[in-house]
Amino acid sequence: MKRKGNWLLLAPIYIFTLLFVALPILYMFLLSFLSRAEVWGVDFDFTLDNYGRILEPLYLNTFVESLKLAFLSTGLIVMIGYPYGYFMARMSDVWKRRMMLLIMIPFWTSALIRMYGWIIMFRSNGVLDRVLMGLHITEEPLKLLYTYPAVVVGMIYALLPFMILAVYSSAEKLDFTLVEAARDLGASSFMAFWTVSFKLTLPGLLSGVVLSFIPSMGLFFIADILGGNKIVLVGSVIQEQLTKGRNLPFAAALSAVLMILTSLMIRLYRKITGTKELEGFM
Amino acid sequence: MSDIILQLKDLHKAFDGTGVLRGVDLDIHRAEFITLLGSSGCGKTTTLRIIAGLEAPDRGRVLLEAQDITAMEPNKRSVNTVFQNYALFPHMNVADNVGYGLKLKKVPKAEIAERVKRMLKLVQLEDYGKRMPDQLSGGQKQRIAIARAVINEPKVLLLDEPLGALDLKLRRQMQLELKRLQKQLGITFIYITHDQEEAINMSDRIAVMNEGVLEQVGTPNEIYYHPRTSYVADFVGNANILHLDGHTVAIRTENILMDGEEFCTHEAAVEEKSFAGGQLRILFSLADGQKITASRFGIDADIQVGSRVRIGWRPEHAVAVEDGGR
Repeated sequence: MKRKGNWLLLAPIYIFTLLFVALPILYMFLLSFLSRAEVWGVDFDFTLDNYGRILEPLYLNTFVESLKLAFLSTGLIVMIGYPYGYFMARMSDVWKRRMMLLIMIPFWTSALIRMYGWIIMFRSNGVLDRVLMGLHITEEPLKLLYTYPAVVVGMIYALLPFMILAVYSSAEKLDFTLVEAARDLGASSFMAFWTVSFKLTLPGLLSGVVLSFIPSMGLFFIADILGGNKIVLVGSVIQEQLTKGRNLPFAAALSAVLMILTSLMIRLYRKITGTKELEGFM
Repeated sequence: MSDIILQLKDLHKAFDGTGVLRGVDLDIHRAEFITLLGSSGCGKTTTLRIIAGLEAPDRGRVLLEAQDITAMEPNKRSVNTVFQNYALFPHMNVADNVGYGLKLKKVPKAEIAERVKRMLKLVQLEDYGKRMPDQLSGGQKQRIAIARAVINEPKVLLLDEPLGALDLKLRRQMQLELKRLQKQLGITFIYITHDQEEAINMSDRIAVMNEGVLEQVGTPNEIYYHPRTSYVADFVGNANILHLDGHTVAIRTENILMDGEEFCTHEAAVEEKSFAGGQLRILFSLADGQKITASRFGIDADIQVGSRVRIGWRPEHAVAVEDGGR
């Protein structure tokens, strides 16, 4: 339909996107090619130095570490979230509601406060240590706080619900008769799962991967709170450059690279699933 | 070679304490087309699922060629099912759907392609291999579902109301095609339907099921002309069930004679006239309150609603039956 009226009806969303998505991104990319002014702000001379600087081992390493952490967290999130979402979809309605409630309860408080909760769990002689030592599983405090595993746990905790909901929404739509048909045609229960259930819930799994991989590159507050300053992620560097370093162009260049990396991820996702949508979310 | 291929022995099954099957015994012959006929909830689908191995009976046994397969996994049984909603895999094209069973058996690729082609030709959809299931019409999906099951050369093919979702004309056409296919392949078909016309049209034998038991098993002729119970008479032949002098008899609507004809010895009041399915149906009530329906071809008769007439039937048309469930 090519009537003018329709275009007018859609205009608000175009204007919104232009103002709040396209322009800021354009501004960020422009900024990344400028150089930092002595005191505050930017000088308008074109340079590629900001991108060059990213290739310095210090920053390159941050990217590598962030990617590693993102892959590790996402991998673990898949291993926990996929079965949870899949089996939740198979349960009775009553149990579905209960399981859903378990996922939703954490969202009643702010993510930041929940991360402080993990400090109480993880710190020396904290809740976890006391329970483990009380049960005589460990003899002395584990000193988990400010370690890599603590950050991974934090990431999993923060991002797991997205995976579960993404998998659930596609497993919910799975017609179980198809699994029975596969069994009837000679598939073992594993083969029926692999060739039918898994294939048909793959879009959900992959959108869960995108939804947890991308934020885990940038959720700097988790690394900051649970990792001390030992684990530095791209997100932390950007934030630091912006606030403490007051180097807007460099922060912009880092953000630009992060953005390109993540959009490559989404491209890959679309290629694998052959869909244009993130199942159940976008 | 024994003539009996599949035996059901005393099958019982309950869901949440409600008995769905209450002792089903049935011997099925090699290469026969047998129909389980009954209204919804009579247990016919559960029986089929037990034969397929998708459900386990609480009690009783299933024997395939004299071998007990009651506890055998569904994928190990030489039995395939055509599901009610077709259950085609939406993420595979037609050829992959049809070849699914062979691929699992690790049949060489070239042979799969060859057999899929032959099978698609058999169901007259040769050029559809590359299509996805959502690009097919209902009748085409049906044929693919049949091809996907039959390609595995099962000893017994189970069909769960496979024509239920099709329109009447297509259903008639598919009935003939299924019958042709069954003769051609020589496979035992166990067919489920609630449509007595369909059952009579296609079956070698019909097993009428009611509330978890088989009321009668026999050829369409036996079922139609010699119903054993009032349920069978009513369900298959749309017969009137009358209680006369301590006996229960079934008289089919077309055999009810009206005013002026011979044997008209019963006084009756005309309650209702209606036209349905190419037939005029007239509802009478007898002096003792029992209702009788008579049917005639044509769209009207001289009889007026509210009038009193004499009706009757030839004695040979009143078939003595047992009081069935219901």
